Amino acid sequence: MAVEVKKQTQFTMVQALRSALFEEMERDENVVCLGEDIGPRGGVFLVTEGLIDRFGKDRVIDTPLAEAGIIGAALGMALRGLKPVAEIQFIDFLYPGFDNLVSEVAKMRYRSAGQFGASMVVRSPYGGGVRGGGYHSQSPEAYYVATPGLKVVVPSNPYDAKGLLISSIRDPDPVVFMEPKKIYRAVKSELPEGPYEVPLGKAAVSRAGKHVSVITFGAMVPVAWEAADKMKADGVEVEVVDMRTLQPYDTDAIMQTVAKTGHVVVLQEAPRIGGYGGEIAAFVAEQAIEYIEGPIMRVAGHDTPFPYALEKAYMPTSDRVCRAIKKTLNF
Amino acid sequence: MAGGTNERRMKSAPKLRTPLPDGLTKQALRDMYYAMVMTRLCDDRAFALNRQGKIPFAATCQGHEAVQVGAAYALKRGTDWLVPYYRDTAMAVAFGVTAKEQLMCLFARKGDIFSSGRQFPNHYSVPDRNIASISSIIAAHVTHAVGMALAFKMRKEPRVTLVSFGEGSTSEGEWHEALNFAGIHKVPCVFLCENNEYAISVPQQLQMAVRNVADRAAGYGIPGVLCDGTDVMATYVTVREAVERARRGEGPTLVEAKCYRAMSHTSDDNQLTYRTNDEIEALKGRDPIPKFEAWLKERGVLDDDAMASLRAKAQAEVDEATDWAEEQAPPTEDDLYTHVYAQGPLA
Repeated sequence: MAVEVKKQTQFTMVQALRSALFEEMERDENVVCLGEDIGPRGGVFLVTEGLIDRFGKDRVIDTPLAEAGIIGAALGMALRGLKPVAEIQFIDFLYPGFDNLVSEVAKMRYRSAGQFGASMVVRSPYGGGVRGGGYHSQSPEAYYVATPGLKVVVPSNPYDAKGLLISSIRDPDPVVFMEPKKIYRAVKSELPEGPYEVPLGKAAVSRAGKHVSVITFGAMVPVAWEAADKMKADGVEVEVVDMRTLQPYDTDAIMQTVAKTGHVVVLQEAPRIGGYGGEIAAFVAEQAIEYIEGPIMRVAGHDTPFPYALEKAYMPTSDRVCRAIKKTLNF
Repeated sequence: MAGGTNERRMKSAPKLRTPLPDGLTKQALRDMYYAMVMTRLCDDRAFALNRQGKIPFAATCQGHEAVQVGAAYALKRGTDWLVPYYRDTAMAVAFGVTAKEQLMCLFARKGDIFSSGRQFPNHYSVPDRNIASISSIIAAHVTHAVGMALAFKMRKEPRVTLVSFGEGSTSEGEWHEALNFAGIHKVPCVFLCENNEYAISVPQQLQMAVRNVADRAAGYGIPGVLCDGTDVMATYVTVREAVERARRGEGPTLVEAKCYRAMSHTSDDNQLTYRTNDEIEALKGRDPIPKFEAWLKERGVLDDDAMASLRAKAQAEVDEATDWAEEQAPPTEDDLYTHVYAQGPLA
């Protein structure tokens, strides 16, 4: 079934991502998708549905069940002029390919003193809240952010998802593109016709406010909005900053929001210790302490493996965000 | 060369009785000899410099010169690609790496063309001579070679990749993933195992339950062939057949070249902790260089004087390269952040 993407104006994130892949593959014959079950099955979340009908099995490759092989083959393809977009079915399954991603892909440019690069994208759904258990729910961005050479991108809405994926495919460096599966189909947005880019490395103020900044990304953005709605009753205006690119990250955007509000809550669903939120908090403490009027708070998942039955207790909620907001405001 | 293992029985002291192989001129044979000799001298120099405290680390390919040079000459230079591993100095030299370039990487100078002093020695990146970039992670590069070959196939480029590794690599999951992928997609890739019988200290019988790495090919639906990796012509002929098969679109081949490791794993290893002196002494009878010298003489390609003059030329090249490279500047802290990303340093 050929997928009609052009006639729609309202897109879910899945449809927006599919439309990005479709248009980039139309634009550039070197763009190739590879991964497990991405052919006739269309990927387990249907992001690649219909691509094989349009572009054929040479450009939409159903690979063997072998994640290191997927990452390594994609790197080899990138080294010889293709633009691979590898899908890892769940980001929890990327660990067998972790070595190839962090030792090979990430370091290719540096170790060859710029003679080789690795222009490729590794797309993968991440995150909890979908009853996925311990191995279909994790949010492992910290590992990849801690690896110089990789870029890490996480969209929070369909518009950004399409523009960021297109930018990632066109980027000269390797991008780990984390897709928040909990909100794959939660909202629709209006998308312009045809391809467009959302720049990497730029955060967005997804809701303006003046009393406190909630700095977050991906599937936690709607949680931050919910907290912002709840805080209105107390007369608190919450600014929600959506990082969009976790590395390299938008330090200007953080400085601006901190200068404006003086209070920071960092929100992530990964465990707290060693998490990305710690980097943001450290940056604020080092660079913007003169604006800070209360403790920099972290709201995170728990320092446990991801639980199946206790998922609701694990995931950060808007109430937890509100408590953190009140704590920093009432300091 | 049908599927399955085609075992060629090796005698304890193989005689070189193959006719002058197709595709090799007398000049090419002289160049092959020079590459083997020059590499040997570079390797000796590397260990000496390490023992003098002038370079931090060295790993040599002594005992592997024949398989490496034979395999490199089976490829089309400027067309095919090498994806070597860290013990492939002679292969790189046969693909055009000079003594100066080798010494610059040993000294880790800023002008080191492989990595500008960012990598261990022998971790090549030479795009202008079709040599891929490698890490120290065992077998990860085998997956890259398959991806490169898939790109050649998709873009209809008549190129072949040759990826090399030791027998220890074949225990790695990534090695399996690479060969499986290659077998399915029939990519133009030659997998070359330089079986030197040891992975640092672990002998082959603790590495695998099969006698030959080539036996593993059957699991991927590709041919597996054996050759004497101390015999440069035997390796050349065997690898060339695999390269031609790949170029015809018939898919990958696993070639296992039996060779040996003459020295310790690296300058940081002492093989006497796991190998006897007798065993090491006995290896000298398998040295590929005297073997090739006998063959060259027998065919009338080079006489004693000609060989001596080539050896002297190689020695002079290595000496000059050493003196020159030692004088070159190391990288400075200004270089620390370059090439992390394409746009240069992050704010």
